Amino acid sequence: MTVTSYRQALHDALREELLRDEDVLLMGEEIGRFEGSYKITAGLLAEFGAKRVRDTPIAEEGFTGAAVGAAMLGLRPVVEIMTINFSLLALDQIVNHAAKIYGMFGGQARVPLVIRTPGGGGQQLGATHSQNVELYYAFVPGLKVVAPATPADAKALMLAAIRDDDPVLVLENLALYNTSGEVPDDLEPAEIGRAAVTRTGSDVTIVAYSRMAVVALEVAERLAAEGIDAEVVDLRSLRPLDRDTIIASVRKTNCAVVLEDDWLTYGIGAEIAATIGDGAFDWLDAPVRRVAMAEVPMPYAKSLELAALPSADDAAAAIRETVDAVARRR
Amino acid sequence: MPRTTTSRTRPRSAPTAPAADDAPSAAQELAFYRQMVFIRRFEERAARAYTEARIGGYCHLNLGEEATVTGLMSALRAEDYVFTNYREHGYALARGIAPERIMAELYGRSDGVSKGWGGSMHLFDLEARFMGGYGIVGGQLPLATGAALAIDYRGGDEAVVCLMGDGTTNIGAFHESLNLAAIWKLPIVYVIVNNGLGMGTTVEEASAEPELHRRAAAYRMASARVDGNDPIAVREAAATALASARAGAPFLLEAVSGRLKGHSVVDPARYRSREEVEAARAADPIAGYAARLLESARLSEQQIADAERDADRAVAAAVAFAEASPHPDPETLFDYTYATPVPNDSRRRPGEALFLAMPAASTAASVNGATA
Amino acid sequence: MIDILMPRLSDTMTEGAIAAWHKQPGDAVSPGELLVEIETDKALMEQEAYEAGTLVEILVQVGENVPIGTPIARLDDGRATSAPAPEPAADRRAASPLVRRIARERGLDLADIPGSGPGGRIVRADLDTPPPGPVSPAGSPSPTGSPSPTGSPSPSKGTPSTAIPFDAIRRTIAARLTGSATTVPSFTATASANVEELFALRVRVNEAAVDDEPRISVNDLLVRAVALALRAHPGVNASYSAEGGGATVRHDGIHLGIAIASPAGLVVPVVRDADRLAVRAIATSTRELGRRAAERALAPDELADGTFTISNLGMYGVEHFTAIINPPQGAILAVGAARPELALVDGIPVERRRLRYTLTSDHRIIDGALAAEFLATLTGLLEHPFRIVA
Repeated sequence: MTVTSYRQALHDALREELLRDEDVLLMGEEIGRFEGSYKITAGLLAEFGAKRVRDTPIAEEGFTGAAVGAAMLGLRPVVEIMTINFSLLALDQIVNHAAKIYGMFGGQARVPLVIRTPGGGGQQLGATHSQNVELYYAFVPGLKVVAPATPADAKALMLAAIRDDDPVLVLENLALYNTSGEVPDDLEPAEIGRAAVTRTGSDVTIVAYSRMAVVALEVAERLAAEGIDAEVVDLRSLRPLDRDTIIASVRKTNCAVVLEDDWLTYGIGAEIAATIGDGAFDWLDAPVRRVAMAEVPMPYAKSLELAALPSADDAAAAIRETVDAVARRR
Repeated sequence: MPRTTTSRTRPRSAPTAPAADDAPSAAQELAFYRQMVFIRRFEERAARAYTEARIGGYCHLNLGEEATVTGLMSALRAEDYVFTNYREHGYALARGIAPERIMAELYGRSDGVSKGWGGSMHLFDLEARFMGGYGIVGGQLPLATGAALAIDYRGGDEAVVCLMGDGTTNIGAFHESLNLAAIWKLPIVYVIVNNGLGMGTTVEEASAEPELHRRAAAYRMASARVDGNDPIAVREAAATALASARAGAPFLLEAVSGRLKGHSVVDPARYRSREEVEAARAADPIAGYAARLLESARLSEQQIADAERDADRAVAAAVAFAEASPHPDPETLFDYTYATPVPNDSRRRPGEALFLAMPAASTAASVNGATA
Repeated sequence: MIDILMPRLSDTMTEGAIAAWHKQPGDAVSPGELLVEIETDKALMEQEAYEAGTLVEILVQVGENVPIGTPIARLDDGRATSAPAPEPAADRRAASPLVRRIARERGLDLADIPGSGPGGRIVRADLDTPPPGPVSPAGSPSPTGSPSPTGSPSPSKGTPSTAIPFDAIRRTIAARLTGSATTVPSFTATASANVEELFALRVRVNEAAVDDEPRISVNDLLVRAVALALRAHPGVNASYSAEGGGATVRHDGIHLGIAIASPAGLVVPVVRDADRLAVRAIATSTRELGRRAAERALAPDELADGTFTISNLGMYGVEHFTAIINPPQGAILAVGAARPELALVDGIPVERRRLRYTLTSDHRIIDGALAAEFLATLTGLLEHPFRIVA
């Protein structure tokens, strides 16, 4: 067991896979000489050379599509898109091609592609660089979307994504890169499509993913001091979505709050709430609450940005209200 | 995972296409002619099947493009890869895929090349290294570029041919792909089939540089323009382009071709004047090629009749096969979402409940567990 | 079409029960006409109609309890409703899906269960407090008066129990006194006074009264004495506040609550500014409040703003007792009966009447010494009663 940063865990996963499989190569803007905008690929160009760690021009559609084509011939490209905002430039290749090729051709061609890209706001990056649009990809059958919250999951899910024969989008998070956690030395690839109960509790279920799964644990600890015993479900995989784990928890706690960094209307939380309505209707003692980003283009000014981002305080307040709605504080 | 897409088994040779190495012999010229006629008959039969509602969706035909199809495909080696757009039946035929399986795909049947999942726009056959027809304009260019990258990565000497229409040269993916291929020196030939019309918009209206092959200059890429109605000229130009690509210099080839009918089977093409229609007919590549061969006595009336009879028979056989092929079983609906099975994959038909309603009798235990 | 809603008739009212409908479906209604009587947590209130029209439908029947804002009847004012709302089922109470499922399985009637969730929604926790059990046949004795647990057999075998459902006033009493007894750290202090002179003064005052004036009771003198003692010790005429880490809130006005056993249960009407009222005015006021309590006709403002409460069980012969603080007040005085006792006067045993009273105080704001000082002042007033009427 080693304590490692989220950034280092991702780096280690990439390096191990480059060592393990000759067909693995990295592609993306500034991943080689510049060593990555967020330094995930630091040192890999020097170790593996320009053939396997390939700097690309600023051409998301072109290089993402090229990675899809290379994957069709059996390579296992890992594409870095600098932030998820820029993935929109590659939307046609991801949605119309990567996600479709296996099914559209009757299973004849596989696309063992990984797209790594960070979401997240809170760095005063403004409207075009602070979005969380993972929903666009989680919406599409044929894609797999994972969203690790911890260093151990970052590594285990990255290993799984690279070894998977389908296109997998790995949602990283700017605010998580410097967080640390224990990573087992002999970590096995995770199973994509499984959520995790990261804290057991009896009073309320908190459903979250990526950064908000970390916030959820902090808030749960804070609320424990107030006598609220919260259970936290970290989705880990947005597609497929592990509905059973969510439902099992809500059937136990009888109420739920979803924390999400994306926009509320039509967001991931809407799908979670609908799932709970389907699977735990007769167990619900209160409506499902959602804590999400304010529905505005993200402003630059710090005061406005803080007002727009869901905070631990926002989450705690919503959870308190939900618990208060079903019972006096225990 | 097995490298399914890089299998080294050689595709069987296209049955009627000659090898590309030397100047064509009389036999090869006859074979060219017979292939062009066959493509023509196949496409005409597809148009009829569409009107009979045996074929659905969109259906774009290679009518008028047969010389380009035949010349290009004859220049390829068996191990080379082909990516096309959605106007691709002829290329699939010329690549040697059984016409029965192509027609079955147009019919949406389980014996189709894509098992009924693709339809007219999405033919695919790994054995023939026919890497797909693609329905999104420009979508195939980055993919083909990536296939060339994979060849280069592994040090192979295969090449990739990527077809597109004239309209595609205005889309971003065209420029991004040519740039990538040029900086990475990839073994790929981009082929523009310029039939003068992107749906109803002319090249002159749509492209600031209507001599489309010249766009390669922006990437310092070699390029050429060739008469797409002359299969021999196309074959020779393609051979030059492929040799360049294999040597690490990607190539942009423009074949100036024609479109005898509308953009698709449902397009009456009223935007064309009678003069333009007649000009297209006059430039019919099959009639022109036959005339040239007849003139030099390299083709006989009997051979023409035989070619047409054989084409009709082969097409009839393809239709019969397609008609007899079963419709895909609805039970297979979820068979091709993911190559690697994954837990919690949603396999629900429309209207199916996510969770079963609670059976009244079986709730008591869980209720107590949940509420105690 | 107009929905008539359950009105909010007191500051603490969250729900109310229909006591009587004075109009029936089909009756014409004019503004100001008595429409319905509503039992709130404090009193029985008359509610007049605000609009003219015809009463179309009664949605909440007599005896039913609904949250404020709930439609209780519909009035046809002659104007068509643009989009008529679906007819609400009369028994449709807000309840969580979990509660509905458990109610189905246990055969519970949600109409009987008070909801503590937002807007009166019934939540699972409300099912954990036992709702009324099956009611025994009318007229059968009620040996224990304790409600039997929901759905389980009566604990006393062979002896039937009768559960009397709480009405709104009883529920309020239960909730507020439970809150007081479980959250307020309180202590009691008992003192007594020789009330011979007080009784004598009372006789003299009543003999001097002209015909129409009410007669003065010992309790009236006591009320004024307590008011004067509170004026001398403002720290007792106070409330605890949790604001800003806690505070003692001293009240400028001395408004004495007088606990009265009314037909509806315990009510505490308030004599406002009791320290500024003459004894006779106090007597007039307490008589009127008592009469209105007996008729369940107390108005909300007659029940509001008390700063201290006096509970007197002397008329039942109780010697002394302790009372539970009526929040948010800081103290309550429990008064027993004046009983004759032997006392030594100049070495000779003589009979004297003595009154015992016990102060229960919120220790967060009132210390033992303050309570003792207050009681000493009160005892001095009762033993020198001319100061009370002076």
